[in-house]
Amino acid sequence: MEHYLSLLFKAVFVENLALAFFLGMCTFLAVSKRITTALGLGLAVIVVQTITVPVNAIIHQYLLQDGALAWLGLDELDLSFLGLITYIGVIAAMVQILEMTLDRYFPALYQALGIFLPLITVNCAILGGSLFMVERGYDIPESTVYGFGTGLGWALALVLLAGIREKLKYSDVPDGLQGLGITFITTGLMAMAFMSFSGISI
Amino acid sequence: MNGNDTKLLIEPIVDNNPITLQILGICSALAVTTKLAPAITMSIALTVVIVGASVIISLIRHHMPSSIRIIIQMTIIASLVIVVDQVLQAFAYELSKQLSVFVGLIITNCIVLGRAEAFASKNPPWPSFLDALGHGLGYSVILITVAAIRELLGSGTLLGVQVLPLLEDGGWYEPNGLMLLAPGAFFIIGLMIWGIRTWRPQQVEKPEYRIHIVHRTEPG
Repeated sequence: MEHYLSLLFKAVFVENLALAFFLGMCTFLAVSKRITTALGLGLAVIVVQTITVPVNAIIHQYLLQDGALAWLGLDELDLSFLGLITYIGVIAAMVQILEMTLDRYFPALYQALGIFLPLITVNCAILGGSLFMVERGYDIPESTVYGFGTGLGWALALVLLAGIREKLKYSDVPDGLQGLGITFITTGLMAMAFMSFSGISI
Repeated sequence: MNGNDTKLLIEPIVDNNPITLQILGICSALAVTTKLAPAITMSIALTVVIVGASVIISLIRHHMPSSIRIIIQMTIIASLVIVVDQVLQAFAYELSKQLSVFVGLIITNCIVLGRAEAFASKNPPWPSFLDALGHGLGYSVILITVAAIRELLGSGTLLGVQVLPLLEDGGWYEPNGLMLLAPGAFFIIGLMIWGIRTWRPQQVEKPEYRIHIVHRTEPG
């Protein structure tokens, strides 16, 4: 249990996908103007990430990795080069299924998430989560925790930045820094704050 | 090459730069720029993928049903990225280890899909080739500049060669560790955007809110 708790803490704070690995930056900067939209997107990312990382872990473990097809008698086969195309396919399919399910059973939530669901397919935080899972060799329970943790961490960073930007628009920023420039500087300061979590382990 | 072609090629480098103006492809621009060598590798990899994807998508643009075009585009991009990734692992293993997951993340790099969707799926192959090359170069210019600043100030080297003699080796330069960390990258890009927008004021964004002075009470 302690192992999973420490993994969760690491995924949320120490190795925050947005602020330490710069993943999902395009959406991060584009959708952080209002807290409400940021909350919607953050929620969608948590859900998708918690589903896709373990699903990709299962596919990687039982179909793609070196010797994974031993149960078919093909123990020499190494399909890991197909990884990238498989993971992005799984992510696109999962997003589509999630969209249809929400539309059918939870129309209110579907309305709230709106355009953000399809956008998640091209959010590199999602693909990045799966690739880090493969690179570090997490097993299935670990990857579930990791998926949830990275999603939560990304959502947290997004909502925090949106909160700062809502106040920031009332400040007197130099012309050249207006908009994108000052957002980068703010994100840099947030990344510095998150760095103080490094070295903490449970 | 006529004037229009040159415009397609040159415009994305400063005037319509994918990173500093269009806010696309930022993830990798920040993540692989601690050293110059991986940044150059990443620039070449991305330029190859974007040019390849744009030309292929432009060639088949009349045969793609628009309802499934995103999936087709993603498949083409993902296949090209797999080829680039395998080539890097075969011929430059150390560099591919340093780039870690970021070569794979070219798939979700918004510049590639953005150009495929916005330009290549509507234009013939030659303009698409130039447009893709221009965006690849625009991305590379920012990536290589950021990497050069970070490596020079962060460890006093350029491409691994010592340029500024470090204090610990008897020189005079005390390396600035912040440059090698995540926040340093954000600050450098932020300041670069400031620089570019001061040079090209038409890129400045309009503020959402202005402070209006309605009346002023003068002290008696």
